Amino acid sequence: MSWETVIGLEVHVQINTKTKAFCGCSTEFGADPNSQTCPVCLGMPGQLPVLNMEAARKSVLTGLAINGTINLESKFDRKNYFYPDLPKGYQITQFPVPIVELGHLDIPVGDGEKRIGITRIHMEEDAGKSMHEGLDGVSHIDLNRSGVPLMEIVSEPDMRNADEAIAYLKQLHQLILFLGVSGANMEKGQFRCDANVSVHQPGTPLGTRSELKNMNSFRFIKQAIDYEVNRQIELIEDGGEVAQETRLYDSVKGETRPMRSKEEAHDYRYFPEPDLPPLRISQQEVEAIKAGMPELPGQLRARFESEFGLSSYDADVLTQTRELAGWYESLVAAHPADPKRCANWLANELLGRLKEMETDVADSPVSAHKLAGLLDRIADNTISGKSAKDVLDAMMASGDDADAIIEAKGLKQVSDSGAIDEMILKVMADNPQQLEQFRAGKDKLMGFFVGQVMKASRGQANPAMVNQRLKELLKA
Amino acid sequence: MPFSTLSKLKNRLDAGETSAVELARIYLDRVAAHNDALNAFVHIDADYILAQAEASDAHRSAHGARALEGLPIAVKDIFCTQNGPTQCCSNILKGFHAPYDAHVITRLKEAGAVLFGKTNMDEFAMGSSNETSAFGPCRNPWNSDCIPGGSSGGSAAAVAAALAPAALGTDTGGSIRQPAALTGITGLKPTYGRVSRRGIIAFASSLDQAGSMTRTVRDTAMLCEAIAGHDAGDATSVADAPATDWLAACDKTDMLGLKIGRPKEYFVDGMDASVRATVEAALAECEKLGAEIVDISLPHTEYAVAAYYVIAPSEASANLSRYDGVRFGHRCDNPDDLLDMYTRSRDEGFGSEVKRRILTGSFALSSGYYDAYYKKAQQVRTLIRQDFLDAFEKVDVIATPTSPIPAFKIGEKTDDPLTMYLSDIFTIAVNLAGLPGLSQPCGFVDGEGGELPVGLQWIAPAWREDALLSAAAAYEGATDWTKKTPVGFDLAGGAA
Repeated sequence: MSWETVIGLEVHVQINTKTKAFCGCSTEFGADPNSQTCPVCLGMPGQLPVLNMEAARKSVLTGLAINGTINLESKFDRKNYFYPDLPKGYQITQFPVPIVELGHLDIPVGDGEKRIGITRIHMEEDAGKSMHEGLDGVSHIDLNRSGVPLMEIVSEPDMRNADEAIAYLKQLHQLILFLGVSGANMEKGQFRCDANVSVHQPGTPLGTRSELKNMNSFRFIKQAIDYEVNRQIELIEDGGEVAQETRLYDSVKGETRPMRSKEEAHDYRYFPEPDLPPLRISQQEVEAIKAGMPELPGQLRARFESEFGLSSYDADVLTQTRELAGWYESLVAAHPADPKRCANWLANELLGRLKEMETDVADSPVSAHKLAGLLDRIADNTISGKSAKDVLDAMMASGDDADAIIEAKGLKQVSDSGAIDEMILKVMADNPQQLEQFRAGKDKLMGFFVGQVMKASRGQANPAMVNQRLKELLKA
Repeated sequence: MPFSTLSKLKNRLDAGETSAVELARIYLDRVAAHNDALNAFVHIDADYILAQAEASDAHRSAHGARALEGLPIAVKDIFCTQNGPTQCCSNILKGFHAPYDAHVITRLKEAGAVLFGKTNMDEFAMGSSNETSAFGPCRNPWNSDCIPGGSSGGSAAAVAAALAPAALGTDTGGSIRQPAALTGITGLKPTYGRVSRRGIIAFASSLDQAGSMTRTVRDTAMLCEAIAGHDAGDATSVADAPATDWLAACDKTDMLGLKIGRPKEYFVDGMDASVRATVEAALAECEKLGAEIVDISLPHTEYAVAAYYVIAPSEASANLSRYDGVRFGHRCDNPDDLLDMYTRSRDEGFGSEVKRRILTGSFALSSGYYDAYYKKAQQVRTLIRQDFLDAFEKVDVIATPTSPIPAFKIGEKTDDPLTMYLSDIFTIAVNLAGLPGLSQPCGFVDGEGGELPVGLQWIAPAWREDALLSAAAAYEGATDWTKKTPVGFDLAGGAA
């Protein structure tokens, strides 16, 4: 039997506003428990929400970036359920009329692209956190996160395997970072994904889906989906039926298992939030937000290819984050002569070293300006590309300028044609036999002479000049 | 003096004939003498009241008088105040102290008023008789066997018996106007959005509105002027609401050219015949003042009660979810687990009427029933709003009875919630339409054990509180109903 997997994703993105969605409390991560709360986000009697418009504007920006339709009037609703970290006993969210509808994201699949539909983006507030572990039978509640604004981005069930799901998530994650609407740090819970997964045989109706939760890295999401797909197929092939349920991913055991039914037997009793009038945004405001749209990854890639002549691979690598792309542009600005050399040195040399140091360009010990200084020395033949790598190592370690290191290590390349000629003539004089053979037609010996000259210069002779002068002098 | 109006007390204060401290003492004495019989106040802190009064007198001498300088104002137990408990007359909030003032409380303080205790009410404002209060029923000063109406029954009884010169109430389906009518005082529910709801414990958010309960129309204008206005902390308080000249509106002495709508749906068989006759007589008086009475129809009136008892409980079912025993309020002893804590805390904390409404609302919102109940009720609400818009094409204001019946006996309807719900039949549509409504005394009918007051309700287009006040002021000026006082309350403080 052949099976087709159908995956739809719901991504919760914490919007990086300074204050919460409906009150003035700070959204800073990692503060002392309950230190960032007020009567509104504690759900005290008589307290009322007032929308943080910055959260709405960032949602609109995201909606525009996915080519979505912006609803100029959207509505808030209450989603009712009891849980100790949900102070009001309901979550303010958007149900029938979200702020954004009908967008899409193109993801790379194989050599081509695939368009993944985005059903909607709605705004809502986050809940607090409950802590049960190691508290000796009691639970603690931290409401610092209560009321932090979220966007829930809901995709169409357009993905057919875990790889497509991951490609979509990475694309979305990158977009969110470029837009600057969220820190999107998965470990801090700023980018959380739930996956709806089902299997069916092509040409037959869709299968029953299960909703996977509790996956806080791309790796775990892939593992959870793969596990769940196999589980469902085996279950059906053994004559069983998939239950519509919520399943939690256990990253230790690498499996999904159902939540206790009590926890999910919810009728959320959605109804319009009477404390908030409809959210109205004018077409002018939308245009203003659109005008402030930063360059998106796709646009940036295309520009890097056309403006700097980069390969699509390099353009892709250098546009992974807005910071990296910006770093590259600073590098090119400081070393405008050769954007390709900039790309090679950034993508192949600097990023590799940063990865080993487990850091990124934002914390690079070598600034774009200093790396440009090193590239300048390669360009003017002060050093060879080979020794430049050693210089970069030293720069990474000390943070010093390329020039200082070249000077200190005596790595300056010999590009003086007189000095090079002198060395060549000496090598010719010392190796008369080889010279005779070369002149008799044994061209292979060219390499021998290059090696001898480089050896004589202790590696500091400019190899291009050595080649050039050798060709002339040997034939003379 | 105790039955004096707010305006007269203000004049006496301004003239230096009395002081805030003296007024506070007079009314505190009256509370001491009569509250046991009425149970109008559920919390009163004499030291705090006298301290405010002293501060007010000091402010007056140092900086001059503010709008309500030195005037004692009682507030319903639904308004959060930093001083003293705010319990909404519910066991689930027993001992709750809010760390903040409601916006209108801040406004009263800024106007120089002396906050004068917390008044009794139906639990979470759910009731029409003040009988669902966790602190016991409040009694009607005109007949202590009778209810004062509700849910703002304590505020109504306090003003009617002159235990305070004025009070704040809230009105979700008639909770200011109906008790005002049943106790013979004046009460105004402003246009929805005119007064901030922030810090007022929510019952039904799309209907709740705070307003005034006073002895006269001018007093009501004074008090509403002090509390009305935009609050950036309440997204439903309207920023660009048309202004009303509250006090100037009360100068009207005639009704020349005024077109008063008389909706046939509010004069029906089944209502108390003497109440009907009293209101008809009031309309005849209006005609004498120059008004033209126009028969109109508000055709969807009969669906108002049903729609209200879907919408209000639905909103309440969510608004009351925060009383879960987790952060504040009542928590049961020794819960077995989370579910046990929720169910027992709420079971022990809420009274039966509140539970009934939470259940009704949860049911109406639940999957599979939402369209038939909540959605349908919202559609009815739209029709009711349209009824009024159509009517105000033809008339300036609408006049109706406030309540179909006078005050009834305590306990008479407690076992029959549906009949109880019908006592709001004439006030509910105003809330559903978000309009301003005012009730003023228009006569008395014979009840068991003496006379009972009857209320005349005025309804105006949104933001036209001035139209209500002008009509009511003209009627009040031509009649003596506000001068009538209940017997037995003229002893303590009477000498002042």
